[in-house]
Amino acid sequence: MTTTAGPRPRAKVRLADVLFSGTARVAGILILVALAAVAIFLLAQALPALVADPADYGSHAANFLGYVLPLVFGTIWAAFLAVLIAFPISMGIALFISHYAPRRLAQGLGYIIDLLAAVPSVVFGLWGVQVLAPAVKPLYAWLADHLGWIFLFAPPASGTGRTVLTVAVVLAVMIIPIITSISREIFLQTPVLHQEAALALGATRWEMIRMAVLPFGRSGIVSATMLGLGRALGETLVVAMVLSPKDFISFVLTSSNNTATIAGNIALNFPEASGIGVNALIATGLVLFVITLAINSVARYVVNRRKAFSGAN
Amino acid sequence: MKPAGQHRPADAFRLPKGNPLNTVLTAKRFGALAALAVASTFVLSACAANEEAPADNGGASNSASALSGDFAGSGSSAQKAAQEAWIASFQTANPDVTITYDPAGSGAGRANFISGAVQFAGSDSYLSDKELQGTFAACTPDTDVFEVPDYISPIAVVFNVDGVDDLNLDAATIAGIFKGTITKWNDKAIAALNPDADLPDATITSVHRSDDSGTTKNFTDYLHQTAPDVWDADAADTFPYDAGDGAQGTAGVIDAVTNGTNTIGYADFSAAGDLSIASVKVGDEFVAPSADGAAAVVEESDPVAGRTDSDLAIAINRTTTDPSHYPLVLVSYLIGCDSYADAKAGAFVKAYAQYITSADGQSTAASAAGSAPLSDVLAGKVATVLDGIK
Repeated sequence: MTTTAGPRPRAKVRLADVLFSGTARVAGILILVALAAVAIFLLAQALPALVADPADYGSHAANFLGYVLPLVFGTIWAAFLAVLIAFPISMGIALFISHYAPRRLAQGLGYIIDLLAAVPSVVFGLWGVQVLAPAVKPLYAWLADHLGWIFLFAPPASGTGRTVLTVAVVLAVMIIPIITSISREIFLQTPVLHQEAALALGATRWEMIRMAVLPFGRSGIVSATMLGLGRALGETLVVAMVLSPKDFISFVLTSSNNTATIAGNIALNFPEASGIGVNALIATGLVLFVITLAINSVARYVVNRRKAFSGAN
Repeated sequence: MKPAGQHRPADAFRLPKGNPLNTVLTAKRFGALAALAVASTFVLSACAANEEAPADNGGASNSASALSGDFAGSGSSAQKAAQEAWIASFQTANPDVTITYDPAGSGAGRANFISGAVQFAGSDSYLSDKELQGTFAACTPDTDVFEVPDYISPIAVVFNVDGVDDLNLDAATIAGIFKGTITKWNDKAIAALNPDADLPDATITSVHRSDDSGTTKNFTDYLHQTAPDVWDADAADTFPYDAGDGAQGTAGVIDAVTNGTNTIGYADFSAAGDLSIASVKVGDEFVAPSADGAAAVVEESDPVAGRTDSDLAIAINRTTTDPSHYPLVLVSYLIGCDSYADAKAGAFVKAYAQYITSADGQSTAASAAGSAPLSDVLAGKVATVLDGIK
């Protein structure tokens, strides 16, 4: 391999190669074009709303910032709560499947989790409205009665159960399959040598997971969680169906006063919106676009920074 | 050069040169690609053929008397059930006509009609003066639009309180409950109107629409007109106060009231189902929602001033004191052109609008959607307007 005599042999150009590389390149460019088109559309449509008087699109806020800030808070708050609930459960399920469950059970469980990811969100929304909200109503009343001094459970409790906590639980159920299946795949890829070495040094199974599996999978876990967070941030139907929305910031988990989310707000108000109202809703969509982009960038940064120490290379 | 001992991962899966499988794979892939190309050509041409076919047929079978073609309307979601029933029976009578109605919302419906995307619109609010000043793409230039009431529905105040089946409320009390100034079911204001009821000492959960809706606009219009001291916000599609629970759509409100405890909400009368319905004070009596009461108040209200002859927009008299009226009512309009640029569309809209507002069409809607049929006087005025459509 070190001595090359004469001109390098040229690879024969095959039609299939040309076709394939061409198709792949077009596909790659197409996604960039689509993204750019969405960004341009959002910007162009949002601009009129940024300078308009909020009264024109039915808001009491002083300017667009005042209109969109509560929505930004509501979006992040609901998604944050959902991830807070979903993350530990997902880690538990993923580790159970990859390292604790008997092989046959693990496979079946994996299928069921993946199946959960295929359930359309409208079904989750219906479940949230018809089953979960009435069921947790007494719990919320109890929380408001006994723990009302904590600002999260300040009374009065919701009489319908349609609160941000209910939404967060439904969202958590929706993102658990995403976080679980990616984490599971990552955990399964932990080098067997690392694991056996840990066990050979006298580690218990949990210690082995802590020392070998989790460090190896750290960047994967972050990616999985970010993917779940992204889904929760953008989820529309469930929020529109389940949440009782208000246009001010509220941290209370159990009352009728819940801050609306951007996606939910668009879904609720777009059908009857006209004129500048449409622009205002699209402008909030632009804000959501920026938030998602920012969160993904941060996630990328974290993953890249951690990559060197994870052993994943 | 790569250091020795580290192999490129791709090499691991490469078959040795000269292996017959290589040729097989290439041939197979190439075949698949070719098949894909052929298949997509077929699919594309099939699509094109599908799209062209109806237009061709329509052109060929078009005669002066028979209606034919694809027509679209969009707008009010309150009219959805009624429009579905009307479309079903109109298409049965006119097999060559295909109608679609997209219940996208009143605002979207009016916008679609203005842009010419649809031939007619259903709307819970009549066209604003600003909208009327603009041009309508589907109409002959410099002609007006018609606007006739086609769907009248009482709005019911529904409640779900343990041990209470009958409830009498006046406008000020309803306003107080939904604004959040009356918070307990045994509040003095409610107790005074219901001396016989066993009202619990429980917090009221009021449920309003979380989406913008014509129902909310009519409900708030009623409260603003009849109890302006309490309800100081103007009529609006968006619920104006921070009190209570929000729920999406009529179904969402009904759901929240049914599944909640000590709840009260407002919804289309036809959607109330098994829920208890409050009677509203009109004059000195308490009136339960009814089709007759709704039709009566619409008939005796004044038209909106400054409109053309073909524009039957109505300013509903919510402050009526006649107990045969039920003033908490939603009026939804059918909007179209007086004269269509496309003659076929004109013929269709004329026939369809005449059917909708006929006694037959109104009773179809009454049984399908629980709406209140137009009164004879109003139906007569509507028929005069519709006669002029070209």
